[in-house]
Amino acid sequence: MERYYQDSIECASPEKIREIQDEKLVEQVKHVWENVPYYRKKMEEKGVKPEDIKGVEDLHKLPFLSKYDLRDSYPYGLLGVPKKDVVRIHSTSGTTGKRVVAYYTKGDLDLWAECCARAIVAAGGSEEDVIQVSYGYGLFTGGLGLHDGAHKVGCMTIPASSGNTERQIMFIRDLQATIICCTPSYAAYLGESMKEMGLKPEDIPLKAGIFGAEAWSEEMRHDIEKTLGIKAFDIYGLTELSGPGVAFECSEQNGMHINEDHFIAEIIDPDTEEVLPEGSQGELVFTAIDKKAFPMIRYRTRDICTLHREKCSCGRTLIRMEKPKGRTDDMLIIRGVNVFPSQIETVLLEHGYQANYQIIVGRENNTDTLDVHVEMTPEMFTDDITEINKRQGDLVKGMLSMLGIKAKVTLVAPKSITRSEGKAVRVIDNRKI
Amino acid sequence: MSVKQISIFLENKTGRLDEMTQVLADNSINMRAVSLAETDGFGIVRIIVDDPYAATTVLKDAGYINKLTSVVIVEVPNSPGGLNRVLKVFTEASINLEYIYALSAGKQPEHAYMIFRVSNHKEAETALTRAGIRVLSQEDITEL
Repeated sequence: MERYYQDSIECASPEKIREIQDEKLVEQVKHVWENVPYYRKKMEEKGVKPEDIKGVEDLHKLPFLSKYDLRDSYPYGLLGVPKKDVVRIHSTSGTTGKRVVAYYTKGDLDLWAECCARAIVAAGGSEEDVIQVSYGYGLFTGGLGLHDGAHKVGCMTIPASSGNTERQIMFIRDLQATIICCTPSYAAYLGESMKEMGLKPEDIPLKAGIFGAEAWSEEMRHDIEKTLGIKAFDIYGLTELSGPGVAFECSEQNGMHINEDHFIAEIIDPDTEEVLPEGSQGELVFTAIDKKAFPMIRYRTRDICTLHREKCSCGRTLIRMEKPKGRTDDMLIIRGVNVFPSQIETVLLEHGYQANYQIIVGRENNTDTLDVHVEMTPEMFTDDITEINKRQGDLVKGMLSMLGIKAKVTLVAPKSITRSEGKAVRVIDNRKI
Repeated sequence: MSVKQISIFLENKTGRLDEMTQVLADNSINMRAVSLAETDGFGIVRIIVDDPYAATTVLKDAGYINKLTSVVIVEVPNSPGGLNRVLKVFTEASINLEYIYALSAGKQPEHAYMIFRVSNHKEAETALTRAGIRVLSQEDITEL
């Protein structure tokens, strides 16, 4: 029996959702026009006034916001309320050099927690559950986001934060945690550590995991589900839009339901910026329609994916987004070919390796080089060099057929690839262009 | 009869062999033979020790991927034609050699000891014994 946190929204008719969106959008555009001079200027440049926006059908008239706008308006340029109404901030890691600081009013935090609560209930959570939040707490949205969501559901919450793997496993066992929230790479790491400690999936009480903040493949999902003995649920979000919970997976594990009463999704052609018809693949654009402190209108996520409107067998009517194929930021262009790290991960897992890899891109004699470092595993090691070379050759072939370009594969020692306990560093681009 | 060799995965980088042998030294494990096979990316170090099971545990705990492999260790006369005589036995029995290396000299200078990784070590042992060539056991190595 599928359970919902708020079936009045999650299973509402598309007409009702549309009605909510129309009303909130009109209000939000007025709010932004009056309170965010940065966006008002963009609207004026495009010749749009709040009265031109009567509902979702007028959304396309509004200007986009991108990460460049966030950079240019840093720190307070996009703040939509007086500072005294802000009760919290979160920030991205800024690893790509563009730190994002997002602001929240009490109401914003509440609606965000509601989004996370829906995700937890969709993963089978209730007040009977013990939920271990092993996302980093602090500036990162993962920890506190799921934490607040777990409170809404009424779960006993273990604010474990990230790191100290042995203690994590101890809490899971001693306190009988049934749901864990963390990044997929950390979940895989927990699985490895459990194996090393001689623990089997049945030795831990976990039944579900909610994993996000990183791109991960279906193969990785199967691996995690097997090693932890759980059902693994995907969750989607961006700091710009509050954090995890913008969209969440249900028991069908067939795309993530977007919380449409808070966020309107569009798919655009990233080059022409034209809105594409439903079902097309393109860049995902979100409008947050009731977040007040950091009101993102038509924010370009750089995530490439497809939306599906058909009703889901779980009973939810909320539109589903496919797992993003990759973020345009993650996408590498190597010798003119688009390469997503997730594709490389898929090939590795198909060939019996684990998802412990690093992609190193370089340039020699004006040609891009692609070197994939893969950790050797006890299962893949043999005394026979010919056999190891053959397996390495099969990997190269697999990548060639997946990517269309040749990669060099280097086998490296186990655990030699840095695994930050938050997000793994997957790509090192040494090209100086 | 066969002896267990430990094969260890190492990255082909400065200092890796140094680090690995340090682990053995810290645990007072004496290598009786060592051989290094390398490719451009990685290497496999093969070692013979007195107690292979203890050594694999130490290596695993230190994070080294390793595997036990059966090898045949043969006593070879330390004189011209000594190795050739052993190889002839293998040829006649149609046994393929994957690689060979030598054990550090024992107390008897009239003999050398060679380690053979062969296609079929049971057959190899039978053929060698029949030809009157001494094949060493794990215990024999400790005695050398």
